Amino acid sequence: MSLQDKDRIFTNIYGFQPWNLKSAQMRGDWDKTKDLMKRGQDAIIEEIKASGLRGRGGAGFPTGLKWSFMPKEPRADRPSFLVINADESEPGSCKDREIIRHDPHKLIEGALIAGFAMRARAAYIYIRGEFIREAETLFAAVQEAYDAGLLGKNAAKSGYDFDVFVHRGAGAYICGEETAMIESLEGKKGQPRLKPPFPAGAGLYGCPTTVNNVESIAVVPTILRRGAPWFSSFGRENNKGTKLFQISGHVNTPCVVEEEMSIPFRELIDKHCGGIRGGWDNLLAVIPGGSSVPLVPAAEIMDCPMDFDGLKAVGSGLGTAAAIVMDKSTDVVQAISRISYFYKHESCGQCTPCREGTGWMWRVMERLRTGDADISEIDTLYDVTKQVEGHTICALGDAAAWPIQGLIKHFRPELERRIRDNGGVLEAAE
Amino acid sequence: MADAPQIPDEAETRARWGAFAWTAENAAKAKAVIARYPAGRQRSAVMPLLDLAQRQVGAETQTQGWLPVPVIEFVAAQLDMPFMRAYEVASFYTMYNLVPVGRYHVQVCGTTPCLLRGSDDVMAACKNRGMTKGKTTPDGLFTLTEVECMGTCTNAPMVQINDDNYEDLDFDRMAAILDALAAGESPKAGTQIAGRHTSEPEGGPTTLKEMVKANHDYRKEWSA
Repeated sequence: MSLQDKDRIFTNIYGFQPWNLKSAQMRGDWDKTKDLMKRGQDAIIEEIKASGLRGRGGAGFPTGLKWSFMPKEPRADRPSFLVINADESEPGSCKDREIIRHDPHKLIEGALIAGFAMRARAAYIYIRGEFIREAETLFAAVQEAYDAGLLGKNAAKSGYDFDVFVHRGAGAYICGEETAMIESLEGKKGQPRLKPPFPAGAGLYGCPTTVNNVESIAVVPTILRRGAPWFSSFGRENNKGTKLFQISGHVNTPCVVEEEMSIPFRELIDKHCGGIRGGWDNLLAVIPGGSSVPLVPAAEIMDCPMDFDGLKAVGSGLGTAAAIVMDKSTDVVQAISRISYFYKHESCGQCTPCREGTGWMWRVMERLRTGDADISEIDTLYDVTKQVEGHTICALGDAAAWPIQGLIKHFRPELERRIRDNGGVLEAAE
Repeated sequence: MADAPQIPDEAETRARWGAFAWTAENAAKAKAVIARYPAGRQRSAVMPLLDLAQRQVGAETQTQGWLPVPVIEFVAAQLDMPFMRAYEVASFYTMYNLVPVGRYHVQVCGTTPCLLRGSDDVMAACKNRGMTKGKTTPDGLFTLTEVECMGTCTNAPMVQINDDNYEDLDFDRMAAILDALAAGESPKAGTQIAGRHTSEPEGGPTTLKEMVKANHDYRKEWSA
């Protein structure tokens, strides 16, 4: 069982062919979009629900269900908005970039259909500031769609008025959090809001808003064209569909590839990445879903199905399906410490446990890296991660805590060895 | 924060940039940007306008641009918002430079996926050319910054220099790019591995091979 090319949604993911409207239409985009919309808003939402699509941005919330929270009859003075999250900054993730620069019309068509289904007036695509060339492509693609009458008044001759705007960020990981993104779109610092109210009640400009990941929106037109049963024929129960996997680190050929959900890790690596550098015996650990999820040691990940439930069962998560592979040459403490530095750098400074905790955790990690610590500090560090986790407005605190917890859980002997080799102070006293 | 660059002298900055105003071309762009947001919500345009202003400063100084306080004041006035609200945006987001940078802003990614593939070598190539993290070279050519994940992890390690990414680097490839830039050339952006196109596996794609040669339409095979 293996995903065939005809069942891949992102056929131009590598950009061998042009991204422009004409080429995209030849690949099947914008084909009778009007007829898809004619099925009606509720029918579209039901179809997406039936397909089993779960959000592709990390949390995995069912997409159709999310849309159904939007008001059925928006008031004229409070229009609804769709915000598309293209602030791809999670270390390891690089799929939305490929969609935007090589297949932008899938995203724009998806924006129209999704926006129509949730009765939104307009979509804002929030693209991270560092994606400069990608944003240029996206601006141009949106303009093409306007020029062809596919957006704007009577979009795609459907009788529905819909606008798509592109908004560039300026280098803040935290803006990938949905309420921080909304703050940023309003022209403020990107600091997450307390929930409730949830964005579906009061989001952008205080109006009902849904925030979706690029991939979640871009797969929508194809799901409608081929039907929910087609999409849900891939993957295990509760983990349906196809997914863009991104494999970086110590594999022979790192790449982005669309595969079936639930594909075993070993098959994914052997088929597309030329195996682990130095062979499977050389595998140390994998961070399977972007830097925020705990690492999984080699023995547990090898035959693990790459999906939400499979990775949850080994104490990690699918996240954005960005696997960071580490072989036995890796200084695993340094690798995790660098992630701690990342969260220290990206903490927005709003909540005390995260603002102070991320810096504290990074400094202790740096000492553990060289072994300049006391064995008891490992437990203290673990304790502190537990105090940061769950005590902040957004999930950045959790994301900073989990990689360290994973390291302590699986590599405690390595941490202790370094302290001993360094002549750990307390042990001498004991 | 001790090694953070010093904000330039206020009086000098004001003398140089106090009269900042859009060029005709940028004035039109600014107008189009503000039109993207609902009436009365013009404040949403602060990020794109700060970027535009930084680029104009860059064009005027032959550098990658920065945001002197009088320029931020100008943008805030354009959007009818308090200066402090614009300043806090400029200081919150990393892509706004609050101090001058060089002709080329060399931003080396050092986060774990790049670290695993050898970002230390890329950094070493920069240091080998006399660059120091957070500083501009005396000739004003290069400013070196270590940045966090740039989202090109399958092409790690990478560097962003001004508006372009250079990917799949090692010490020699990075040195070659810096040499080319210093000589006034424009090296090819994107992956530096000969034969690799973008994010497909090196050595050729394992999927969607028909797409390499032609714009293949897979719909014909859907029912099969």
